[in-house]
Amino acid sequence: MSPRVNTFWRALLLLFCGIVALWLVAPSLVVIPMSFTDRPSFNFPPAGWSTQWYTNFFTDPSWLYALQASLRVGALVTVVATACGTAAAVAFSRTRFFGDQGIRALLLSPMVVPVIVVAIGLYAMFLRLNLLGTTLGFVVAHSVLALPFVIIPVSASLQGFDRRLEDAAAICGAGRWTVFRTVTLPIVAPGVMSGALFAFATSFDEVVLSLFIQSPYLQTLPVRMYSSVTRDTDPTIAAAATLILALTTALTIIASIYAIRRNRVR
Amino acid sequence: MSADRTPHGASITMRGLTKRYGPVTAVDAIDLDARPGEFLTLLGPSGSGKTTTLNMIAGFVDVTEGELLIDDREMTNLPPYKRNIGMVFQHYALFPHMSVAENVEYPLRQRSIPKQERRTMVAKALETVGLGNLGRRRPKELSGGQQQRVALARAMVYSPRVLLMDEPLGALDKKLRDSLQLEIKRIHAELGTTFVYVTHDQDEALVLSDRIAVFNNARIEQIGSPTELYEYPNSLFVAQFLGESSLFHGVVNSEREVDAKGHRLAAGRGEQPNGTSVAVVVRPERIRIEPDGPRPDAVNAVPGRILQHIYFGNSRKVEVHLDDGTTVLVRESSGALSPANAEDRVWLTFDPNDAAILASDQAAEPQPTPA
Repeated sequence: MSPRVNTFWRALLLLFCGIVALWLVAPSLVVIPMSFTDRPSFNFPPAGWSTQWYTNFFTDPSWLYALQASLRVGALVTVVATACGTAAAVAFSRTRFFGDQGIRALLLSPMVVPVIVVAIGLYAMFLRLNLLGTTLGFVVAHSVLALPFVIIPVSASLQGFDRRLEDAAAICGAGRWTVFRTVTLPIVAPGVMSGALFAFATSFDEVVLSLFIQSPYLQTLPVRMYSSVTRDTDPTIAAAATLILALTTALTIIASIYAIRRNRVR
Repeated sequence: MSADRTPHGASITMRGLTKRYGPVTAVDAIDLDARPGEFLTLLGPSGSGKTTTLNMIAGFVDVTEGELLIDDREMTNLPPYKRNIGMVFQHYALFPHMSVAENVEYPLRQRSIPKQERRTMVAKALETVGLGNLGRRRPKELSGGQQQRVALARAMVYSPRVLLMDEPLGALDKKLRDSLQLEIKRIHAELGTTFVYVTHDQDEALVLSDRIAVFNNARIEQIGSPTELYEYPNSLFVAQFLGESSLFHGVVNSEREVDAKGHRLAAGRGEQPNGTSVAVVVRPERIRIEPDGPRPDAVNAVPGRILQHIYFGNSRKVEVHLDDGTTVLVRESSGALSPANAEDRVWLTFDPNDAAILASDQAAEPQPTPA
């Protein structure tokens, strides 16, 4: 193939990728200019500019409280789901026991079962256990949803893990827990990190389940946004959405920088 | 560390050591001792039980039956991290997320040795394996040979009294293997540690070992020094696995005498009951080729036809087709080549003292002649 034809195809590929990228990202990006509008209604493009909706977001206690709840629940879910998911992935990779495939399928099922079904079931149970509208309830519920997103990447990391390394560490004098802490965990860390990231994102993003188990006293940010859409319909929600967008973008960038640096060290 | 400061090897005792995986017996009641400071090689084809035996010594594989003692201390049920054994693995098993120095330091950290002391010990170990200046590198940045040296440094830095090696040179090319063999031999002499070395490479076993245990079908066929095993194999398997052998099939006639299709062969060793199918086994370099004509004036002489010559530089292999349909090898050193050409008929002669009568089970049937 001649260089000119090659350049043509490359340009076409770039154009195509550009269109797909725009298609995927544009709806989210529209929210940014909308959040800077000067009128108390949604319009795009905005006629005038102001930051009043950000001021509103950071001064209205109900918004602030929701943000704080989301961050708190998200952080706890990250810890709980990452710890449990990693432990489960290690167990599945190490031992064959009766029913292990069944348990694995059960733990991964929140990915396939419609969230609304899980939500109804959990609602009934939480009602009995008095867990509705509590941080504990949110953490338990979100962890169930986040678990598959930890188990899958950690299992993938463990698949490429050379078990002889654990033998080598053991013969060097390291007990089982030390082996896991100093050899296994650092080597599968990329899988654990992405699992943790997904766990946080799952919790931070969750609406359906949260709508069921929320109470006026404990609402996460998505729940607050949902009620904002149905009740007040003012552009504060656009400001909130922009903040979430900024946060998730930052997390993704940090994760990829981490991955790149790690690969370079290798 | 105080007792290990002056390194010396421990003895290893295996009594009826057995490993079964369900119905499969991987190691069948072996009795084996390693003497203090000895270089003991477990040699055998793959699946013969040698690696399973090594893994039982290390503690990676549970013992089904029997007992394992190190320095007369019961080890059978002790976890690997309490055994104070060093081990070098076939694919190095270096920790990829640590530098070379951190890898070597790892066992010292587990032993809570103070930092200052750790540093000198690591430096000394890396010096011993000739990698003094590579401590800051990552394992991935080193060649295979260098990685195996790091693994060796990590296994010996805490002066364990037993060092296990699981085909450590298996993944390296021939030249590197030869130079590392000599290095391992030197380190063994320097440390005085008991080495247990697993390999399927007979040359490696001959070069390195004080004694070799030949494994076959989950059992030990023979234990002895390289010379003993090479010169006096006590089974056909050992004779054929360790070095090359030429076999003359026949039936025992009287004590130390075999009737090989009408030719009477005397052998210095090996006793089998009269009438059993046996093979008279001779090393190829102990057989001479003599020209066709009247039977030579030797105790043992068998006629045959030369198939082909294979030239090696310092020696030459001659394939000779015997009248019973089997083929035997003769190795001639370059200074003493026989003049016979391919297709010539010749006499093969050998001294009874160079021959042994060994039971031949399935090998008794002459192999079909290659056309």
